[in-house]
Amino acid sequence: MSDLLRLATAGSVDDGKSTLVGRLLYDTKSVLADTLDAVHRASADRGLSTPDLSLLVDGLRSEREQGITIDVAYRYFATPKRSFVLADTPGHVQYTRNTVTGASTAQLAVLLVDARKGVIEQTRRHAAVLALLGVPRLVLAVNKIDLVGYDEVTFSRIAKEFTAHAVELGYTEDSVLEIPVSALAGDNVVERSANTPWYTGPTLLEHLEDVPVEPDPHDAPFRFPVQYVIRPRTPEFPDYRGYAGLVASGTVQVGDEIVVLPSGIRTTVTKIDTADGPLDEAAAGQSVTLLLADDVDISRGDLIADAGNPPEVTDDIDATLCWLAEKPLTPGARVLVKHGARTVQAIVTELRDRFDEQKLSSVDSPGSLKLNEIGRVALRTAEPVPLDDYSNSRRTGAFLVIDASDGSTLAAGLVGAPLPVMDGVESCTEGGVTAARDSHALVSPGP
Amino acid sequence: MTLALDTLGRLESEAIHIFREVAGEFDRPVILFSGGKDSTLLLHLAIKAFYPAPVPFPLLHVDTGHNFDEVIEFRDRVVAQHGLRLEVAHVQDWIDDGRLQERPDGTRNPLQTVPLLDSITAHKYDAVFGGGRRDEERARAKERIFSLRNAFGQWEPKRQRPELWNLYNGRHRAGEHVRVFPLSNWTELDVWNYIAREGVELPSIYYAHEREVYLRDGMWLAEGPWGSARDDETLLRKTVRYRTVGDGSCTGAVESDAADIETVIAEVAASRLTERGATRADDRLSEAAMEDRKREGYF
Repeated sequence: MSDLLRLATAGSVDDGKSTLVGRLLYDTKSVLADTLDAVHRASADRGLSTPDLSLLVDGLRSEREQGITIDVAYRYFATPKRSFVLADTPGHVQYTRNTVTGASTAQLAVLLVDARKGVIEQTRRHAAVLALLGVPRLVLAVNKIDLVGYDEVTFSRIAKEFTAHAVELGYTEDSVLEIPVSALAGDNVVERSANTPWYTGPTLLEHLEDVPVEPDPHDAPFRFPVQYVIRPRTPEFPDYRGYAGLVASGTVQVGDEIVVLPSGIRTTVTKIDTADGPLDEAAAGQSVTLLLADDVDISRGDLIADAGNPPEVTDDIDATLCWLAEKPLTPGARVLVKHGARTVQAIVTELRDRFDEQKLSSVDSPGSLKLNEIGRVALRTAEPVPLDDYSNSRRTGAFLVIDASDGSTLAAGLVGAPLPVMDGVESCTEGGVTAARDSHALVSPGP
Repeated sequence: MTLALDTLGRLESEAIHIFREVAGEFDRPVILFSGGKDSTLLLHLAIKAFYPAPVPFPLLHVDTGHNFDEVIEFRDRVVAQHGLRLEVAHVQDWIDDGRLQERPDGTRNPLQTVPLLDSITAHKYDAVFGGGRRDEERARAKERIFSLRNAFGQWEPKRQRPELWNLYNGRHRAGEHVRVFPLSNWTELDVWNYIAREGVELPSIYYAHEREVYLRDGMWLAEGPWGSARDDETLLRKTVRYRTVGDGSCTGAVESDAADIETVIAEVAASRLTERGATRADDRLSEAAMEDRKREGYF
């Protein structure tokens, strides 16, 4: 079992997410005494009788002043079973921007709802964004369960509604779990609650400790974006020429036949080098240096791939964009695309449709794509790029859209249409969504 | 061999990936190197990232003049051992020519910002590696791995770029630079476990030793060029070690018998105090102390 779980949290304003995260840190004893003292002091200064655990996580002054979370924050905690990297994403303004950021590397997401309100519009949107980004597992924390009198019927209704929504998005029932919690009182976060005898499932922390983490995509075809060419030219290594990078997917062994893209040159791997000595084999997630049989022209930005199963090389990208900039996207825009270690110029030739993540439907040919909107586009690149579908690879199926003039990140790009509900369903109804359900397949998780 | 990486293997691989991205995309990167444990780890990872080639970046140390002798000796030895290039910006030079003024409390940590920014401008550094970790402090928890700084070196929390997958956007305009934090996802315990696993050498003051110290504001301070005990403070000989090394005037020692890496790890694992909270007076100044210093261009 993996000893590291990357997770993201998402929820609306006032759902108590900072309190839940604070509770996880507090109850796993990940908060050290001086930090806790500071929270006790600050809580007392504000006239609170109990410590406000959200103060553990709201880091910026304006966040503490307004009592809200503005930016994604990363938290670290560990139990004897696992280490956790938690991306805490705020749920109000800019929710897509923040959720996309947190979800891009998450293996599991914890969504929060207020038990008094149930599944609301933003819950559905968050879940759709998490599904789009390929987060393999969801947990719905039904928070403030104390405020509905620990009522089983209320919880069951919310759980049923959420599971149905998640299944529409392509999740299997066993990849979704709902848990009744009170972040404030601590019910079912770390300790099992005596107030919910009708709930027989795990507490949130038990689930995070035991949930299977999808393994690195070792079974996927080998992909290796070349980051840097290592040429020491020292007396000890006069002719050494190695291609440095991180294995994006699959495995590579000495003797494997590979293809260099976009050039198409084929050769074999003669050595897999690291500072700790050579390896016989390397797998997804490992940073290594490859040495090749032939003296071929390879530079940063090239992709080394399994010769028997290479990606498509194209200058015409069909993609889904999560637009993250204030300035809207309009057709004809000139941008930069960063894919793997390669950055190329591109033109957005067509804005095909906008995805409504609330209704799970598409709006045809919108005039523009605004901040936090998700849309399907066609891009033409100045040079061909080797691409995998995002549904097959969260690494080589992903790219950034960058503003060439000021360098800002404009959008998260996903090759293809990762959510089947986005595909070919216009203004779809409940029935339309159901019809598309059978073909759903969740994407493989990245390392 | 096993193909599944453990936590330390993943953190190492991620840091190496970050070093190589910077080497591939920037013209003039530099590693901030003080001889402290985080920057020593940073250098260790940089050496591994480019093996068997030499590290393709110089090092920069903003020297407050308030450093422990053991740390400066260690710094110079490591630089010589790996044939590296070290640039030192002496805070004293800035004080001598009037660009900076000594603070009434004698602490020089906050004075590092101006020499750092001046050095970045003078050498046209466009990427500056730092050993900052997100687990150190709340404002740091919101820091990106690639953190864009404007021409004044300032961190603008609201202008931060979303950081997606492991695709880092290092583009910047002339005069701007990017601070890069390869250790972002490491915790203090990860750092110590990795140092043990790799056998990384550290300055001796990280391990228990005898030293004359006096108690001020709940911290054990040592005498040095930065100041000495007041009349109402008593010098005592104690067995101590340092959890962080910085300006001697505001970096406290902790009482400890942990004389080797195993006992240090046991102590860190059992510790009830964060390393900054325990031993860094500059972080105790206000609730938003770190955020304010980062906005001014500090790390």
